[in-house]
Amino acid sequence: MNNDNKKWYSLNLKKSPKVDSCGCGNDSGSCSGEKTKDGYDQVMNVSMGRRAAFKKITAGFLIGAGAVSSSCSVVSGDENKEKSGIEWEEYFKGNYKLMTDKEKEETVNRLTRSYELRTGEKINMTSKDAEKDVLFGYAFNISKCQGYMDCVNACVEENNQDRATEMQYIRIHEMEDGKGFNFEESDDNYYHEVPAEGHFYMGTQCFHCDNPPCVEVCPVQATWKEKDGIVVIDYDWCVGCRYCMAACPYDGRRFNWKTPEVPEQEVNKKQHYLGNRLRKKGVMEKCTFCIQRSREGQNPACVEACPTGARTFGNLLDPKSNIRWILENKKVFRLKEDLGTEPKFWYYMD
Amino acid sequence: MKTLKVFGNLIKDGFLEVTHGSKAYHVWMAVLSFIMLVGMYSYSIQLEEGLSATGMTDRVSWGLYISNFTFLVGVAAAAVMLVLPAYVLKNIDFKQAVLIGEGLAVAALCMCLVFVIADMGGPARLWHMIPVIGVFNFPNSMLTWDVLVLNGYLFINITIPMYILIMRYQGKTPNPKIYIPGVFLSVFWAVGIHMVTAFLYQGLQARPFWNNALLGPRFLASAFAAGPALIIIVLAIIRKFTAFKIPDTTIKKISMIVTVAAQINLIMLVSELFKEFYAPTHHSISAVYLFFGLEGKTALLPWIWTSISLNVVATIVLTFHKLRSNLNILYVVCGMLFIAIWIEKGFGLIVPGFIPGPWGKIAEYTPTLVEISVTLGIWAMGAFIFTILAKTGIAVELGQLVYKKKN
Ligand code: SF4
Ligand code: SF4
Repeated sequence: MNNDNKKWYSLNLKKSPKVDSCGCGNDSGSCSGEKTKDGYDQVMNVSMGRRAAFKKITAGFLIGAGAVSSSCSVVSGDENKEKSGIEWEEYFKGNYKLMTDKEKEETVNRLTRSYELRTGEKINMTSKDAEKDVLFGYAFNISKCQGYMDCVNACVEENNQDRATEMQYIRIHEMEDGKGFNFEESDDNYYHEVPAEGHFYMGTQCFHCDNPPCVEVCPVQATWKEKDGIVVIDYDWCVGCRYCMAACPYDGRRFNWKTPEVPEQEVNKKQHYLGNRLRKKGVMEKCTFCIQRSREGQNPACVEACPTGARTFGNLLDPKSNIRWILENKKVFRLKEDLGTEPKFWYYMD
Repeated sequence: MKTLKVFGNLIKDGFLEVTHGSKAYHVWMAVLSFIMLVGMYSYSIQLEEGLSATGMTDRVSWGLYISNFTFLVGVAAAAVMLVLPAYVLKNIDFKQAVLIGEGLAVAALCMCLVFVIADMGGPARLWHMIPVIGVFNFPNSMLTWDVLVLNGYLFINITIPMYILIMRYQGKTPNPKIYIPGVFLSVFWAVGIHMVTAFLYQGLQARPFWNNALLGPRFLASAFAAGPALIIIVLAIIRKFTAFKIPDTTIKKISMIVTVAAQINLIMLVSELFKEFYAPTHHSISAVYLFFGLEGKTALLPWIWTSISLNVVATIVLTFHKLRSNLNILYVVCGMLFIAIWIEKGFGLIVPGFIPGPWGKIAEYTPTLVEISVTLGIWAMGAFIFTILAKTGIAVELGQLVYKKKN
């Protein structure tokens, strides 16, 4: 296969920045900035107008049916009115991927405001776009990991995951020495002191595939790959069909089977629209390489929390980054490479 | 304008027709309504609590709903295959079976669509899928293909019988030049909905149990056994309870279709089993789970072995012409085959796709009461729709329901 046709990331780093990662046809910067409209955009832009019409029609219909009496009733207080106004706008907003910068800002403002109305607390949410010439990748040192699971805990706290069902993005597999990478016999749910004698450990999570099958199958494009290689989900656009979950070969996705619960004092208030903002029931979520941190130049929480230094994160396009050094000097491998998903998550040993 | 008026009258007369009937009919409809109400109540619980009210988890993320959806797509497709011999071979008595078959297809499709909606985490956000106001990920997502073909199929299967009925209602003969092209289209379409639904699963490299080239063809074969088998049973019931005449030859001809399809299905089953167990690879592990259980987890064993035994026995009985022409035996065998394929193409297909999980985790799935009653409710809804369609259709065909010109 010649390199121009390749849909996925390969180690030939001189060519790879050309990968068109979010499917919006715009190679530079944000998906929604100024650009010449292709056919797709023209259709989609028109659709925003049509959605407004749809909204009006539905509104008329619902008011007629008395279904939204609270939002137009005179007796309810201003705050209630504002709240239902926000809910209304939120329900009819479009897919984040296709929003203009202004629309992104508006929805972020609405979400921040609605959180304030509900709890009296302020959150700090951004919609920061991918930086130029950045492609994130991750490397995992199997020799170093001792199975402490500090990464798992840090991840849960950082990303506001549901505490009630103990949702975890990262799974640490305990494997027996001498049996190789035998996932079938490994245990990803252990409760004993680590490191256990005669065992080694290996972590899995969403691998942010460069050719992600989960993205292809989504019927509403609620999940996609950003320019910096992070595979994200628009929690407000997802309809909860779980097709992406069936399509992921790495058990990378988690579903909100019920309304997620995070105690107010534990909520991480530094949020990103595509990252750790609070989710609702019936939507998909997963690791985002801590997009709220990584886009600010920080390491993801798991990397920071790991006491053994088994985890390395960085920009694959930066020749001086640690991750590049590992890829060039260690004997790295990836899991289930035969599936052609091209994970941006490598394993290696010392 | 005139057609509209006729149509309005048909609806009015049809309404009168379906609200009047024998005692047995009223009891039947009352029971169905009751089950539907229980199902709706259970669904309201599910809406309130979220899908955690079902037995599905992150490990097995599709369950009873998607299983039934898959199976019913098959029934819907197969019902229409009867159309072909009826219109092409000019076999008159087949035509009544066809009307019933198309009614069945419509009912099955309605159930399919409701099953998919019941499975959604955010049914209120379903408008996101409507092209133009939402985003329709066509052609990348097979699910969007499925939405298109299923709705298209529903449309075809409503318009054709509608045309025929409206003509009959007015005492005219339907013009074959108008409906035959539609009939042909629907036959091709039937194959299409089937293949597309199979591709939904077949295209996932993550799930080796589904990612197998035989899935589509096997879908076809099993559906062409189960669908007509159901039609035979329905025809038997209609024959018993209404004045609608269905000659023995019609039922026997349909049983031919069932037989051939069941035989082909069995051959494919053998081929699949051979591949999985002669030279087992890592990818055979889901099949091992399905047929023999893994690490003491054996929830599906009784089901799949029931299915296989029913399947084999039914196919053998059908193969013998003597046995097959005994109508009482035929009805029993058709029932067996229907249940066998419901298990095999339902949760026998969907659930093992998730077990073991991508990292070898074996977590079993057991549907909850809520899930089961929603499922029963949807089946009752299907039966309800079908009864209404069939009753009106039969009354028109029998000439009991005629358009009266008011002057
Ligand atoms: S690991 Fe799974 S969820 Fe993550 S990008 Fe790859 S296919 Fe998608
Ligand atoms: S669950 Fe959500 S993100 Fe996943 S395929 Fe369905 S709509 Fe898309």
